[in-house]
Parts: sequence; C-alpha cells; structure tokens
Amino acid sequence: MAEQFKEPVVDRVYTLNLGPQHPSTHGVLRVLLDLDGEFIVKADPVIGYGHRGHEKMGENRTYKQFLPNASRMDYLSGLLYNHGFVLAVEKLAGIEVPERARYIRTVCAELNRISSHLLWFGTYVMDLGGFTPFLYAFDDRENILDILDRVSGSRLTYSYCRFGGVCNDVDAQFVDMTRAFVKRLRSRFPDYDNLVTKNVIFIHRTRGVGVITAEQAREFGVTGPNLRACGIPYDMRRIEPYEIYDRFDFEVPIGSNGDALDRYHVRLQEMEQSCRIIEQALDKMPGGPFWNEAAAFKVRPPKGEIYFGFESARGQTGYYLVSDGSQCPYRCHIRVPSYGNLHVLTEVLRGTMVADAISILGSIDVVIPEIDR
Amino acid sequence: MGNTDGSDWLRLVVGLVIVLAFSQLNALFLVWLERKVAGHIQLRPGPKEVGPFGILQTIIDGIKLVGKELITPATTDRKLFPIAPVLVFMPVLVGFLVLPFSPELIIRDMNVGLLLIFAFSTFSVLAILTGGWASNNKYALLGAVRSVAQNVAYEIPLLLAVMSVVLMVNSLQFSQIVEAQSRVWFIFLQPVAGIIFLICATAETNRAPFDIPEAESELVAGFHTEYSGMRFGLFFLAEYTNMFIVSAVATSLFFGGWNGPFGFSLGIPGIIWFLLKTYFLIFVIMWVRWTFPRLRFDQLMNFSWKVMIPLSLANLMVTAIVVKLV
Repeated sequence: MAEQFKEPVVDRVYTLNLGPQHPSTHGVLRVLLDLDGEFIVKADPVIGYGHRGHEKMGENRTYKQFLPNASRMDYLSGLLYNHGFVLAVEKLAGIEVPERARYIRTVCAELNRISSHLLWFGTYVMDLGGFTPFLYAFDDRENILDILDRVSGSRLTYSYCRFGGVCNDVDAQFVDMTRAFVKRLRSRFPDYDNLVTKNVIFIHRTRGVGVITAEQAREFGVTGPNLRACGIPYDMRRIEPYEIYDRFDFEVPIGSNGDALDRYHVRLQEMEQSCRIIEQALDKMPGGPFWNEAAAFKVRPPKGEIYFGFESARGQTGYYLVSDGSQCPYRCHIRVPSYGNLHVLTEVLRGTMVADAISILGSIDVVIPEIDR
Repeated sequence: MGNTDGSDWLRLVVGLVIVLAFSQLNALFLVWLERKVAGHIQLRPGPKEVGPFGILQTIIDGIKLVGKELITPATTDRKLFPIAPVLVFMPVLVGFLVLPFSPELIIRDMNVGLLLIFAFSTFSVLAILTGGWASNNKYALLGAVRSVAQNVAYEIPLLLAVMSVVLMVNSLQFSQIVEAQSRVWFIFLQPVAGIIFLICATAETNRAPFDIPEAESELVAGFHTEYSGMRFGLFFLAEYTNMFIVSAVATSLFFGGWNGPFGFSLGIPGIIWFLLKTYFLIFVIMWVRWTFPRLRFDQLMNFSWKVMIPLSLANLMVTAIVVKLV
C-alpha cells in the first residue's frame, strides 16, 4: 500500500536548496527547487527561519510596549507598520488625533514607502546582475533616512507614531529637506529610466517573466504592487481610505500583464504618486498640537475587536486586535502581505529557469521577517 | 622551435620570468583598477586607505589570500579539486609567449601564434569544468555546465571574426598581422568583425553581462563556490590576466598593435601604444560590466547562435569575396 503514495522517481530531476543563506533570497528564505537541468519542475518556499513570536509578544505587552515591535516586522517599511498599529489602537480605543499629527504621519509614511521602493529597485536590479543602480538608489534613500532620523531618532526601525499623535514635532528644516528630496528624486527618475528601464537586457529579463494572472493573485491573496501589476486597482489608501488619504489627489498606478516588468513600472510610478501626496500634505499642513499626549498614557480600549487594514509598501497589512478591556490585547494577529505574495511563487516558478526564479522572487519584493514575524 | 642553442634557452627562461612577474603584477593592478572604476561609476571613491590611491590594497588582499587555509570540503574529488585552479592559470601564461608587445618584444614570434593563443585559451573551459565537477556542489556544477555551453557558443563567432582578419593578412603570425596595420587599423576595415570579437571576448572571459557561469545573484559564486584561499585567488587572477590577453589580442588584430593611428607614431614607442590601447579596451570591458545587468542563459545562447554566428559568417563571406576580387 505504501508504494502507492511514493512520488515517481525521475532521474533527471534533482533538488537545489536555494537558501536559507543565498545572496538573493533577501533574508533567510529557503526555496526548495526541483530542477530538470536549469528548468524548475517544482518550487517550495520554506519559511519560518526568522520567527520571533511578535504576535505572542503583542499579547503579553501593553499596547504601548508593543509599539516598537511593529516596525521590526517589515524592517523596510517600519514606519508604515508603526503607523498602522497606532491607527488600529486609536480606532479601537477611540483616541482623538490632532490634525497636524495626521499630516506629519502621512508625510513620514509616504517617505518610508519611497525608501522601501527605492531599496527594492536597487536590490532587484542587483538580482539581475546590475550593481550600479543599487548604489544610485541607496544614495537617494540615504536622504530619506536622514530626514526621518531627524524627527524620529532612528534610521530603519522607526517608532515615531504615538497613540494620539507623533512623538516629535517637525520643524521648517524638515519641510525644506523633504521638499528638496522630492525635487531631487524627480530629477533622478530620468537617470533610472536611461540606466535601467530602457536597457534592452533589463527588458528582456523582465518582460513576460513571472506572469501572475489576476485569477492567481486573488487565489493566493496577493496584494500591493504585485496585485496592481495584474491590472486590479486595489489600494487600501483608495478602497478604504484611512488617516487622511481621502483628502489627497493621487492615482493608483496599475499594470496590464502582471509580469515582472509591470511590477517594476508600478513601483516606480508609485514613488511619483507618493511624492505628490507628500507635496500636497506639506502644502496643507496645519499648525497646532502634534500629540494628544494625555490619551497616549494608560491605553485601555473597551471590550471589542477590530481588524484594521492599511497599505504598507508591500500590500495590504492588517492588525486584528481583540481587547478584553485590560491594557494588553487579548489577541494580536497581523496579516502580512508578503505571505500571500511569496506563496504565489509555487505556481509562477513552475517551468521557468533558475535565473528567472531569482528575477521573479526579486520582483515580488518579499520581506522575510515580516512573513516569519 | 628546432633551434635550441644556449642563447635561445636563455631567451626562454628570461621570457618566462618576465611573463610570470608581469602577469601577476598586471592582475593585481587590474583588480585595483576594476575596484576604482566601479567605485567612480557608482559615486563612491573605491579603495583609498592602503598606499597612495589605495594602490597597495590588492597586494594586501593577495597576502591575505595566501595566508588563508586551503579548505577542501569533504565530498570533493581529491585529485581533481586542487588541479583545477592550476589548470586555469596555465593557458593564460602560454598566451604571453606570442603576444606582440612591440616589434622587438615578442618572446616567440611563431608562424601559428594566433592559432596557439586560441587553442590554449580554450583550455580554461576545461579547468572551469574540472573545478565545477570536482567541487561536488550543485551551484558549482551548474556554473561549470553553463560555462562550457557558453564558451562553445562564443568561440565560434570569435574565431570566425578572427578568420576575416587572417584572410586579409594571409598569415597567423602576430608580427605580420600588426605590420599589415601600419597605415590603417583593421577596426576601420573590419568593423563588424571587430565588434563581434570584442563581444565574444567579453563572453570568453566570463565578464558581465556574460558572467552567467559565476552569476553571484543566482549561483552564489558559480564554479568557484567551494574554493577558498589562494585557490580562489588563482581563479580570480586568471580572470584578470585573461582579460589582459583578450584585450591584447584585440589590440593586435583590430587596433594596430604597436602602431600609432594612421601610421603616426607621434614619437611614442610601440610598446606604449600597445599597452595604452590594451588598457583602454580593458577599461571598456570594466565599464560595460558596471553598467549592464546580466543576460539569462537561454537568451545568451540565442544571441550567439542566432545573431553572432550568422553575422560573423556573412562577414567572413564578404571578406573572402572582397579579398579574392582585390
């Protein structure tokens, strides 16, 4: 009987263990590839190498104590996670937020989104073998880190938002630096186009590679730029506007084919849209208090539960919090976009080559600690 | 090589010593140059701490590599594994024997010099295959297999491009090929062959965008994944010495060797012209590496079989007809 369940032994197929230590798996991802020559017969992502138990930590800490954890899940868009958690708790506990704080948060969140996309741009082209754009992108990203460092005190794992506001006010220099950065980034887009977007080799490596159909995207719960590249304009900032995103004029860029090139274009256009949001927010930013500080202490939401979804750099992220009326959440679950985005690989990688596997994995833009959390 | 009196032996020994010293120093210099070029292309200064402009950096790195333990992983092939790095350097050294640095400075001006240099450069593929196979590592094997396929595919257009030059000169001897360009360099008469040669030479030396045998973002380090210490160092030095050789061959075949442009030497000695042009070509190869992403394996093959080979064949045909008519 047992023989029936054995896989047929095919001599041609061998297993390549891609990761967990590999230059292009961006963290500790392991993908078991069954290969026939260079062609992939089966791909099986193995996750969990970076599990730290963030959800359980959330249940054993007060809301305020858990705040720094939020930015450690997706370390590339930490401020967005931080922002999302604050929003979720504010909604659950009914905390008032001053207008100025909302604008400051939006500007910083969009800056963080750009920095995440810039890093992706650099590492993606590096996955394809081009080293120079990586350093150009990091040069630009450095400006964002400097700006956010001035206000939040950290360069990567920001814990800038507080329940009811932000921990530091921004000054005129912040506004100047941000405006200068937006101007600089816009002047760099033509360079990126000339160096990468119009490059024949780059187009050959990405066009028609790793096509995710809209159907597959729905089945696997793919969100974010990967979903929008399939032609579905699904962006939490537009679908369920949170914070003050309904006040800004911005577009949701979409692709048409769902291939790696579309994902690339969507992310590059999103950076431009984030620039637009930042400019509008800076123009409209009101004065007044930046923190409803009294509300930030002793956060004790009433009994109840909430799912709060927001758009991080990689897709729809959500906090599901259940409150039993105490100062710690009874349950803290986090929906991370990379989980669904990664597992669509099992479908997409089949029949492609090893070199494409790297290209596709890079184009999907997964952050492993976010999946493992 | 029938003449083996005392002076000839002396010439050979002196030549070998010079070649060994030059090839090592040259490789160290090129590694430094590569890092400097890459640095400036990428908006950063490159090495600058050790020595003036960081020129001693690679020497220090070399000493570090020599001092490192030669790790032989348990599952490797005991005999083949240590041979591969030696094997990869041997053909590179032979190449120097026939390179025409200047009219006086050719160690051995053989009548089959061109044939010899290409015959031996093919050996390096064998070394890479040996290294990849003996490593008993899937990444290394994939890299080695890719390397063989790539070298076979790119050797054909390379040799066809060289043949067009040979047809024009009627000789395989380097000195005669260079003499023939004393007025007009062959790059102006054979632009297609020249460009094909440069592209194929980049592929032959496994340089980006044709560096798929070692493609670090895919295959970790390709065929030399398991090599450490100076064994890795030999692969590394061989790559840079190879780069010098293909650039030197390109200089001799298409850029007039020791000749100045259009017969004007401008009072500069031949060897300086030769080295200037060679290092310029090396710079171009580096420039390409730090600008372009990598091709995919099948695209690389298609490019060779569907574009380069037909093009070089057509070029050879046209050359043959023109030479016959003129």
